[in-house]
Amino acid sequence: MADSAAAPPKPSSSVKLVLLGEAAVGKSSLVLRFVNNDFQENKEPTIGAAFLTQKSHLPHRTIKFEIWDTAGQERFASLAPMYYRNAQSALVVYDLTKPTSLVKAKHWVAELQRQANPGIVIALVGNKLDLTDENAAASGGASTSEGSDAEGAETPETSGDARKISTKEGRAYAEEEGLLFFETSAKTGVNVQEVFTAIANAIPETQMKGAKGPGAAGAGAGQTALGSERVNLNQRAEGAKEGCAC
Amino acid sequence: MGHDGEESLATSEGEEELANDRRTSPPRDRDDESTIRGVKEEGAGASPKEESSTISQARSNSPETEQEYRPPLPPRPSNFGLLREGSYSPGSSLQRSKNTSRPHLQSTATTALSRTDIHTQSYQDGSRETFAASAQTTPPSKAIAAFGSIKRIKGFSGSEGGDSGSVRSYAPTLETGGDVESLLGEVLGASQESPAWRLHSTQNEAPDPFDSITYEDDETTVDFYREFDEISAVAADGENEEQLLNQWKSKRKHFLILSSAGKPIYNRHGDDNLISGYIGIIQTIISFYEGAHNQLKGFTAAGARFVVMSQGPLYLVAISKLGENDPQLRVQLEALYMQILSTLTLPNLTHMFSNRPSTDLRRPLQGTEPLLSALADTFTRGSPPTLLSALECLTIRKSHRQVINDTLLQTRCETLLYGLIVASGRLVSVVRPRKHSLHPSDLQLIFNMLFEARGVKAGGGENWIPLCLPGFNKNGYLYMYVSFISAYESIGEEEHERVNESGKPDDIAILLISANKESFYDLRKMRDALVDELEANGSMAIVRSAVRRGRPTATDIVPGTVLRHFLYKSRANVQFTMPSYEPSFTTLLARRRLLSLYHALHASVHAKNAHLKVHHCISRESISLAWVTPLFELYCVAGPQASRNALAQSANKVIQWVRKEEERVFIIGGAVSLNSLDRCTIYKKLTPPAARYSEQI
Ligand SMILES: Nc1nc2c(ncn2[C@@H]2O[C@H](COP(=O)(O)OP(=O)(O)OP(=O)(O)O)[C@@H](O)[C@H]2O)c(=O)[nH]1
Ligand SMILES: [Mg+2]
Repeated sequence: MADSAAAPPKPSSSVKLVLLGEAAVGKSSLVLRFVNNDFQENKEPTIGAAFLTQKSHLPHRTIKFEIWDTAGQERFASLAPMYYRNAQSALVVYDLTKPTSLVKAKHWVAELQRQANPGIVIALVGNKLDLTDENAAASGGASTSEGSDAEGAETPETSGDARKISTKEGRAYAEEEGLLFFETSAKTGVNVQEVFTAIANAIPETQMKGAKGPGAAGAGAGQTALGSERVNLNQRAEGAKEGCAC
Repeated sequence: MGHDGEESLATSEGEEELANDRRTSPPRDRDDESTIRGVKEEGAGASPKEESSTISQARSNSPETEQEYRPPLPPRPSNFGLLREGSYSPGSSLQRSKNTSRPHLQSTATTALSRTDIHTQSYQDGSRETFAASAQTTPPSKAIAAFGSIKRIKGFSGSEGGDSGSVRSYAPTLETGGDVESLLGEVLGASQESPAWRLHSTQNEAPDPFDSITYEDDETTVDFYREFDEISAVAADGENEEQLLNQWKSKRKHFLILSSAGKPIYNRHGDDNLISGYIGIIQTIISFYEGAHNQLKGFTAAGARFVVMSQGPLYLVAISKLGENDPQLRVQLEALYMQILSTLTLPNLTHMFSNRPSTDLRRPLQGTEPLLSALADTFTRGSPPTLLSALECLTIRKSHRQVINDTLLQTRCETLLYGLIVASGRLVSVVRPRKHSLHPSDLQLIFNMLFEARGVKAGGGENWIPLCLPGFNKNGYLYMYVSFISAYESIGEEEHERVNESGKPDDIAILLISANKESFYDLRKMRDALVDELEANGSMAIVRSAVRRGRPTATDIVPGTVLRHFLYKSRANVQFTMPSYEPSFTTLLARRRLLSLYHALHASVHAKNAHLKVHHCISRESISLAWVTPLFELYCVAGPQASRNALAQSANKVIQWVRKEEERVFIIGGAVSLNSLDRCTIYKKLTPPAARYSEQI
């Protein structure tokens, strides 16, 4: 909704994207960075899931992301199929400083490969790069100057290297499974835009849903564009069998 | 009678004088409350027999005609003359200077009248016990000093303290109260005087205490401002432990939740390592009584009231030094328990513990802590909706609300169960199925999640939230679509930023609840249609401007009133209304003190044996009034300089105002045609509540 200024008539299409990963790895923070270019030091856990949209202007077209930011907590896991069922892309996020989060990420990748759209584009994302040694070098150029960045500077972790999962390990797994791979920091902004752009580029144009009426600003935004998809989704939804919500 | 038939508060010179007498009564009986507050009190247990000579007799004889009741001719003209004078022309009684002292007034007929109905007392049973222990530890000099200061302020000479019939010896809740006290006295650090006293008495020299709170910067005040500060983690070497424990002990309010096996589940302050010892002690005490088939309900130690609630496999404990009484604390614990059910559902909770009694509930509850803490902090700051078990509505014209109701109905989709529009924590409109009510306790959880906890709103998107609404059904989940609309859309971005910074939760939320977890897109479509329509028919602009306008101040409502603040609860509607906290109660502390006063008033009129209809409380800081009828509860507060007559007069004005504005300040159905609808009906005429805390909408 932020980009209400209508772009010149570039072809525009929408991409459904879902974020999955262990609790507190930074899924919501990545979305917040992508959508609002902002960061919050103590972000509260997501309850259920949040739905956001964001336009991304590529050289030859405009992509409208429809993003499902899911909660990482176990008790919401059974709801996940509802969010990835129709997704064309997924960000599977882990925390570079937390080994269990990569294990969890691998589970999600396996589940997506088994149950999501066959053509789904998956990006494996190791987040919290700012807590590792590469932080200084990497964030220098890409960092967007924000008030929140300055505040974060005092966190004790920034001094040492808290990395627990090497780049090599993450990349090797991603290549094995045919995933896009990034290491990011939602805090500094490093590589965040890049992940989304890479996803947009990786989705074949034929798979994208055309959105003729670019949403006008305000409340009614996206209504027409979404209408057709909703019908689509509901058809599939009715056929699906789900476990309990817990 | 030339009376307009409205129920009005009778006041009289005699009462006024009596009040003055009480203010000046010497501390002959160092009763516990007197020590705390410096309020001279009269027995809560005023014998029911005495009630027969009061105005409340007339009222309570025919409660069903409450609203239009005209007092019958009195049996004792002399008394009634006073009453009537008060209700006819209350101003006349103001002519007498309130400094007049009449030491022997209590022997007159007027005294008899007042004693029975208009009580000047501050606390009811629960809190009485709360303070009893602290009174025991209070050095006599302190108590005397307190009264000394009252005298100084009022410039009265002492009169007889004849109304000391209420002095009660402290009866401990527990047979072994003494032991427990010493045990926990150590735990909590036996402070030598009640912190509640200190919290309430930082202003004893100021003529207008509520006003000057902002300038007050003594230890106590600062203390309360630190109430919500985080306690950091215990260092590896344990070096900072003592300092952290002191910090922990300085908190005025604690909530602990543990499993009956003693596993910590939630605590508001400090991490597990820091307080594990205390958790162990509490668990031991509770299970000791459980073992003896004698459930522990509460006890007092070191100026703190401990209230224990056992809910299936859980123990919930509230520790308060804020002077709340047991029923009030229980309501708070109940809310925390409801939040846990809301996360897990009852079958899940029982299942986990029946499978494994040693279950660590922290894991399944992960992510619920911010919601529990938001609730806890709301209670610590003081919360009128929780105190009154009622909710507040956004004030708009009846016809405007009608349009919004209709729009909700027109746009509602098949899967919708409940649809709500909420603006800055106040209800604007509701659609619900005919057969299903909405519990205030459920709404409290939802409002807490959306307006107190930051998580959902900070996300900035639309939300799809599975949650159990225990009041609706403890056994399963519902799914809630939430989207926020700024109330400041029409104002420039910049100003919006500014307003947000001040931390006001001034957003408008559209909440659409369904039992179908796949219905997100349906509800989203409904939301779009609803908002489009509300924008088109001008309703959104009306709601926005009502939100921006905020609550009127007390003087907006009753011009020239002595009232600083009031709470009016419509019992039939399970709703309440109140003026803005501005200008007198803007600070955290001032607001807490106001709420403490409301808690005390509420306690006195809700005591089990209370026959009170009207209850006055006069202290050095304020003069206040509680007035309860089957239709409403009114609590009002004026500055200490105000006369009782002026207060009563204002109370009557508030009643008149509510009567006039009733269909704006409350949601009262009836206008929407329900004939064509089979599944949903607009939040219509609400069922009058049977019991106090099981009220439904
Ligand atoms: N240092 C650092 N902290 C981060 C980064 N990203 C997120 N965080 C912090 O990690 C915590 C969790 O972030 P969230 O974005 O809420 O994590 P999440 O994956 O959405 O968590 P759930 O919603 O519970 O699944 C927050 O306190 C963030 O401030 C990052 O790149 N660097
Ligand atoms: Mg999140």
